[in-house]
Amino acid sequence: MSGTVPISWYLVLAALLFAIGAAGALTRRNGISIFLSIELMLNAANLTLVAYSRLWGERTGQLVVFFVLAVAAAEAAVGLALFIAIYRQRRTIDVNRLNLMRW
Amino acid sequence: METAIFLLFAALAVVSAVVVVAHRNPVHATMSLVLTLFSVAVLFVLLGAPFLAALQILIYAGAILVLFLFVIMLLNVQREETPYHGQPVQRWAAILGAAVFCGMLAMLLFRSSLASNGGAPLGPLTESLVSFKGLAADLFSVDLLPFEIVGLLLLVAVIGASAVAKRPTAEERLAPGRRLPEGPLDGAEDQPR
Repeated sequence: MSGTVPISWYLVLAALLFAIGAAGALTRRNGISIFLSIELMLNAANLTLVAYSRLWGERTGQLVVFFVLAVAAAEAAVGLALFIAIYRQRRTIDVNRLNLMRW
Repeated sequence: METAIFLLFAALAVVSAVVVVAHRNPVHATMSLVLTLFSVAVLFVLLGAPFLAALQILIYAGAILVLFLFVIMLLNVQREETPYHGQPVQRWAAILGAAVFCGMLAMLLFRSSLASNGGAPLGPLTESLVSFKGLAADLFSVDLLPFEIVGLLLLVAVIGASAVAKRPTAEERLAPGRRLPEGPLDGAEDQPR
């Protein structure tokens, strides 16, 4: 299996996944769903990095993905803790109702 | 064969990603995201990164999404309450974003260097690209400082998450200047159920 699939296919797929995630993050009102969309976008970025790492035959892209995974784990933990705290205060995580800091 | 596997799992990833975004029930959306992550992990293997594929399944599907499910069930998140009212700004931002995305896609498809990998087939998968050994050697020599910083970041995240999500103590709740929460008071949920 020495590369019968062009790398550009992977890039197009990653762009599609990213666009789907971005659309979700912009249109959903449920905080958790927005979070899921962000995870989807992070994963699309990871796919791009691995694809380029394959194209150039370098492992630097894979190392960056490793760090992205760790940061995503930290982000998910802190973000979900924030949602729990917000829910305790306001009894909702619907972002249309969390408009205290909105201009 | 490789093309068939790619097409199958790419289609699976896109369909389950649409379900993640479109499904109103957050539990189903989360389960669908698991499917997306699995498909992307398969593509990682095709791209010669089996270690990252394993990490993807272990960390993402195994840990992060279980955390998501815990929080969804803890908060009893229901279907979305308020209807979607996009502001004009959001609509213009969405159109701009879609335009940028289409431009990027067109660039990708029409730049012949990427469409055919510069005319030459991809090089064979090398030992240094695929093996865990090379990755680990880099991680502990070239990228040692970022590696340690990520460890510190995870520690900070654990401490921060448990501090933020901690139930406030009685005196904190009654401290002057603190606004009482709306809806049912916190005291009500202190009772054992």
